[in-house]
Amino acid sequence: MVPASWYVALSAALFSMGVLGVLIRRDPLVIFMSIELMLNAANLALVAFGQRHGTAEGQALVFFVMCVAAAEVAVGLAIIVAIFRVRRRLSVDELNLMRW
Amino acid sequence: MSVVAFAILAALVLVSGAGVLVKRNPIHAALFLVVNLASVAGLFLTLRAEFLAMAQVIVYAGAIAVLFVFAIMVLIPGKEETGPDPLRGQRVMAVPLVMIFLLLVALVLRSSVLRQPGPDVPVPGGVEEVGRLLFTDYLFPFEVTSVLLLVAIVGVLALARRKVGTE
Repeated sequence: MVPASWYVALSAALFSMGVLGVLIRRDPLVIFMSIELMLNAANLALVAFGQRHGTAEGQALVFFVMCVAAAEVAVGLAIIVAIFRVRRRLSVDELNLMRW
Repeated sequence: MSVVAFAILAALVLVSGAGVLVKRNPIHAALFLVVNLASVAGLFLTLRAEFLAMAQVIVYAGAIAVLFVFAIMVLIPGKEETGPDPLRGQRVMAVPLVMIFLLLVALVLRSSVLRQPGPDVPVPGGVEEVGRLLFTDYLFPFEVTSVLLLVAIVGVLALARRKVGTE
């Protein structure tokens, strides 16, 4: 068996890529994809820790994360499409209407 | 054997994740995302989580990827990263901050608990095991999930609907 720490290290690397994508990119679609990367990293860590502890509970949690991710992507993409209809441009930097 | 599979899948995950980061065209990023999600499904298989691997392929690499491609099709991509950068400081700070995060994770991974080998017989993660958990211990969260999905459907319809008379 591959030790659990390898999976956790890979999960951390994947999560960092997601954070970098959210911070660096300006296209809201790519930012959403980076959020998916982070959710996947969390899923991977959950399954790895569950196997390390010898239960399937981590996998049950991943099931819920998947449901939340599906709902989040659907709502998020609808919001992006709605913004695009009003603004005709896509850049998160311009969406500072609610900024203090 | 499992080490070789892990190495190949981990390399795929890292390369495709970097692809999502660096590709300018969102459709290329979406295709890299599909590769990434499928590789994570393979990693689930090496962890004996068969149900999750299948669900990952169906939900993520299937439904969510199609949703992304549809959104890219509806919107007009490729207009990104032009003009002055109003958040330059954030982008400059991003890399060192992520490096600090990785350093912290590396410190945590040095702890001995994670280094010990897990149970000899890996837990079966098939439909039977996960299903039993979902319908006994996690029954209430499972039902709440259905409400969440319903709310998402209604919300998406309300957001994406064109107002009659405004267009």
